[in-house]
Amino acid sequence: MSTTTTRGVAHPAPAKASNARPRRGLTASNTLNFWLFTGPFLIGLVIFVFVPIGWSIWLSFFDARFTVTPSHFIGFDNYRQMLTNSDFTGSLGTFTVFAAFIVPTTWALSLSLALLVHRLRFMRAFFRSVFFLPTACSYVAAALIWKMSMFNGVRFGLANTIIGWFGADNVAWVSNPNPPWYWLVILTVRLWLQAGFYMILFLAALQNIPAELYEAAAIDGAKPGWQTFRYITLPQLRATSTAVILLLLVAAYQAFDEFYNIITTRATWGQTPLMVLYKTALGANQDYGSGSAGAVILTVLICAVTLLQGKFMGFGRGEESK
Amino acid sequence: MTTTAPEVGKPGRAKRQGVLRNTGLYAAVGVAALLFLVPFYLIVRNALSTDQEITGENWQFFPTQLQWGNISELFDDPTVDFARSMWNSLVVAVLMTAGILLVCSLAGYGLARIPYKHANKVFYAVLATLMVPSAVTFVPSFVLVSSLGWVDTYRGLIIPGLFSGFTCFLFRQYFLGFPKELEEAARVDGLGYWTAYWRIVVPNSLNFFAAMATITFISGWNAFLWPLVIGQDPSAWTVQVALSSYMTNQTVNYHLIFMATAISILPLVFVFLFLQRWLVQGIAQTGIKG
Repeated sequence: MSTTTTRGVAHPAPAKASNARPRRGLTASNTLNFWLFTGPFLIGLVIFVFVPIGWSIWLSFFDARFTVTPSHFIGFDNYRQMLTNSDFTGSLGTFTVFAAFIVPTTWALSLSLALLVHRLRFMRAFFRSVFFLPTACSYVAAALIWKMSMFNGVRFGLANTIIGWFGADNVAWVSNPNPPWYWLVILTVRLWLQAGFYMILFLAALQNIPAELYEAAAIDGAKPGWQTFRYITLPQLRATSTAVILLLLVAAYQAFDEFYNIITTRATWGQTPLMVLYKTALGANQDYGSGSAGAVILTVLICAVTLLQGKFMGFGRGEESK
Repeated sequence: MTTTAPEVGKPGRAKRQGVLRNTGLYAAVGVAALLFLVPFYLIVRNALSTDQEITGENWQFFPTQLQWGNISELFDDPTVDFARSMWNSLVVAVLMTAGILLVCSLAGYGLARIPYKHANKVFYAVLATLMVPSAVTFVPSFVLVSSLGWVDTYRGLIIPGLFSGFTCFLFRQYFLGFPKELEEAARVDGLGYWTAYWRIVVPNSLNFFAAMATITFISGWNAFLWPLVIGQDPSAWTVQVALSSYMTNQTVNYHLIFMATAISILPLVFVFLFLQRWLVQGIAQTGIKG
């Protein structure tokens, strides 16, 4: 349980020598300083990020059940197996449905909240805090509330209580994929958890739109409301929107916590890619080879989506001006 | 304070319209706020109720009597050592925050400020890791950590998470915008990079450090997948793993589960209320989740 290693990695020895050296542009001193500052991070990055990635790629070509030092090379069999595994392909389908709903709804909700809060004249900080507060909640805690109290399948759950007031029967929200009510549960929990966070990003962007733009638009006869929003606000928010959509997509890819806790790992439906990988690699079979192949496939997909989105929406343009 | 579109039309009418619009605006915001608060209301209501009240046929908006005894019942519960899991989370989140700030800020500064001919290559290597989300590498990371014998240890929970390409990237971006003149003055006075960093740069960047600390603390406290993978023995569970274990338990004690949820959220609500200024500023500045 000791944490000495943390300190060992984190604290490089201060370089006393640098004081004696000439101050500007001396390459040797700069090189030393560069590695002094970045060294600890880079060593860790290599050990805990690059090595696992490399190891993962290597494992994905081996029959690696219950072992991390396999000897039986099987080429692309793990990939073939994962791509024909209905759990894994199904999870990619789940992700697609999930992303198709959660990305636009979060975008719209967080933007709407930001527009509302931005217009407030008093109590602005209060409402901002209320919408932002769910960020303090973990996905596990929120999943608990949603599953045990809001969308419980019996009468005392909030949702069933409310529809009961209107005389409707109890709905088994999460224990049954048919009809797929679990989507409502999964989508609302994430919407609640993340909308406030993205609202902050939009609020910051709204505050940066110069007031003159609105004045000019008003002079040109644009009506406040939809027209101003469509032709001024929305284009000015383009960069933020792009970043938000990208973050939402990547976050959706990595969805695990709420699915794991709401749907349970025993179900064969409603599983995200990460849940399938978790079961494959750390479940009863401990199939590190197939799990790694799945991880590689997923990484390639994420990179492809990110690059494609970058191409279409121009993410990362800011990087060129460094 | 607001920079919204100027109102047009005759003064009197505009004023009446403004009042009308304001009423509508506050009604909309108010309803949305109530909806956002429902889950918090449920936590508190359930945490301080008896099981009979929670699962009763008739919906009770408030417990008839606040059950403060639920707190001691939770901590005396022998099935899950909740106090231990809270302690684990605290240790992990605090050490992780300190470690990430130290390691990533140094690297970010080096990348942003120290001229070195291969600095760009190093930077691209860091950028490349952003494309590979840490959650996807958990299988090989687990393999690595277990071969180091770090399963069920603080080391295993904390160290692999310290080398966040993302945080390093954010620090680099921040230091690029840090006024150069301050450091130049210090360096003319004969200070090396190392001394200038600790005496000049860090003390003048406390706002940004505070923002990053809050974001890191929150994600450390709320992390689930990695602690689930590493904490195989209940003594190494973080609070999120403990919470999750309640959901798969056979016997469901609603009042205990919700008391546990409430207590697990409290530290972060505390962080939110006191550090909100930095948090909002920091997120707005970086634009991205830590």
